Amino acid sequence: MPELSYREAVRDALSTAMRQDDEVFIMGEDIAEMGGSMGVTAGMLDEFGPERVRNTPISEMALAGAAIGAAMQGMRPVAEIMYEDFMTLAAEQVVNQAAKLRYMSGGQLTVPVVFRTQGGAGWSPGAQHAQQLEAWFVHIPGLKVVFASTPEDVRGLLWSSIYDDNPVVFFEHRTLYGIKGDVPEKIEPIPIGKARVHREGEDVTVVATGRLVHESLKAAEEAEKEGVSVEVVDPRTLQPLDEATLVSSVKKTNRAVVAHEAVTRMGFGAEVASVIQYQAFDWLDAPVERVGAKFAPLPFAPVMEQFVVPHADDVLAAVLRTVGK
Amino acid sequence: MAKVEARKTLPESDLRDVLREMLLIRRFEEKVEERFRAGELPGFLHVAIGQEACAVGVCRALEDGDIIASTHRAHGHTLAKGTHPNELMAELYGKTEGCSHGYGGSMHLYDVQHGNMGANAVIGGGLPHITGAALAFRMRGEPRVAVAFFGDGATNIGTFHESLNLAQLWKVPAVFVLEDNHWAESTPESQHSPIRDLSERAKAFGMKALKADGQDVEAVYKTTRQALEHARSGKGPVFVHLDCVRLHGHYIGDPQVYRDKDEARKLAETRDPIAMLRDKLGIGGDEFDVMDAEVTEIVEASVEFAKSGTDPAPEDALKNVYA
Repeated sequence: MPELSYREAVRDALSTAMRQDDEVFIMGEDIAEMGGSMGVTAGMLDEFGPERVRNTPISEMALAGAAIGAAMQGMRPVAEIMYEDFMTLAAEQVVNQAAKLRYMSGGQLTVPVVFRTQGGAGWSPGAQHAQQLEAWFVHIPGLKVVFASTPEDVRGLLWSSIYDDNPVVFFEHRTLYGIKGDVPEKIEPIPIGKARVHREGEDVTVVATGRLVHESLKAAEEAEKEGVSVEVVDPRTLQPLDEATLVSSVKKTNRAVVAHEAVTRMGFGAEVASVIQYQAFDWLDAPVERVGAKFAPLPFAPVMEQFVVPHADDVLAAVLRTVGK
Repeated sequence: MAKVEARKTLPESDLRDVLREMLLIRRFEEKVEERFRAGELPGFLHVAIGQEACAVGVCRALEDGDIIASTHRAHGHTLAKGTHPNELMAELYGKTEGCSHGYGGSMHLYDVQHGNMGANAVIGGGLPHITGAALAFRMRGEPRVAVAFFGDGATNIGTFHESLNLAQLWKVPAVFVLEDNHWAESTPESQHSPIRDLSERAKAFGMKALKADGQDVEAVYKTTRQALEHARSGKGPVFVHLDCVRLHGHYIGDPQVYRDKDEARKLAETRDPIAMLRDKLGIGGDEFDVMDAEVTEIVEASVEFAKSGTDPAPEDALKNVYA
């Protein structure tokens, strides 16, 4: 099995799809010569040329909207929104247009567009370059929302997103671009709507997304030392949500922790907690614990940033609370 | 391109048909106002009375395969682009036979088969789609043009500026049609834009800009043909500025407290596009009455069709959320 970084895995999915299909192209700010602000699209201009690797002005509404317009005509564009924070600028087109065009047209239109974006704290950019806004988009009927945490998952899920006939908001995490992992020789599509059990355990289920999957795996190692066996499940797709896998895990362990980097309050984890309490109420031996960022914008000073967003020790503390330790 | 050259102007026989189509839109809109006031039509409706020449002049100029994106004031564009009045009226009644099968309504009319990519209830919402559609046409080497309609109010919103900038930057085959009726809902142009000539905004992007009297359907047609030819030949997008008149309120039931009544009456007497074309063609009372009776019958039939249509099942609301 070859090893790829998360960054290379994204690039491999894009490039492989573009080699295979003329309908697939990418557009975004600084994605051509510069290779994107995260280096994801480095080298793609040389291979595919400026028609299919389209640098755009700093113009998120037109960038998102033009991708939608091309998708309505049968192309499969992948639009890169440089920072998740800038999804707020593209939101009119993503929320009012892409998500609803099929519906409003009574099923006439198909909008196979992907909005790739990234965010995440840990490098002190301050309040406008690292937010985690997935909760905004999972709330919108008509959008699919993906958040992958490993090289294998990001490649297989981006592939499925490109070939999905619905608009997909595809979240990547900035601090994961450098992580490496084994991937299958050939791209294997990962179905949208299928969770992944990263680690099996008996006592507590941790449902985690993005960077928190890795933090949760670290916490699980620590918990093991204290005699607590932790199962770590990554939904990978936030909309649709693989409720069955999450619920069956909790029915086995009888305890649940939901962990994400986004602000806890009103976050994606609230919905997961609701799904668990409703579908596994009689199995629960403790309240569903939640781990996420504190209710503040991301601060600049590293000590404050570190304080606001959650880490492995926050997950561990939550796990131990569920078992009364 | 031979066809394009040959169709720069409309022959008189076609102009009679154009008059009939404009009259059909007028009678359709009047019927919509009447049925709304009678409480039969749900929702929020905007009629295009006074702006028929823009819709018909532009859509007549299009070739098969060309597409449009419309606005919240979409009934005229939709009929002019080929949707049957029955399907449009059925949509306004919320029936499954409607052009959006009851999912859209007046501000979300779609007819993809006829190249209508949709009305839009967000001002400027469809403009970037037209830039993107035109990009798709160019990438695939298809000789098609994508056309956006919008009003003067839309020239202040971000999507307008971003879409025109991108379209011109990429030289895509798009035509941006400004229906300048000088009102953004109740706000006059003098209160919403610091300049009087809104085509200056297109010129700021280096875009070719053409102007026409939006009440003169022949002028609209000729100008649109010129714009389409430019766009189709790969020279880049064109901005078409149509100076037009909204004879009625922003929405049905708008008391228009913001508007001088005499001015509106004077515009109806002097700038009605249907009367202007009728005078130009010298069509007398009898001939006009026959035409009027024909289109009125079509409109009446559309109401009958719509009323006898099928209501969606409530749970159909959960269909078409995803492909």
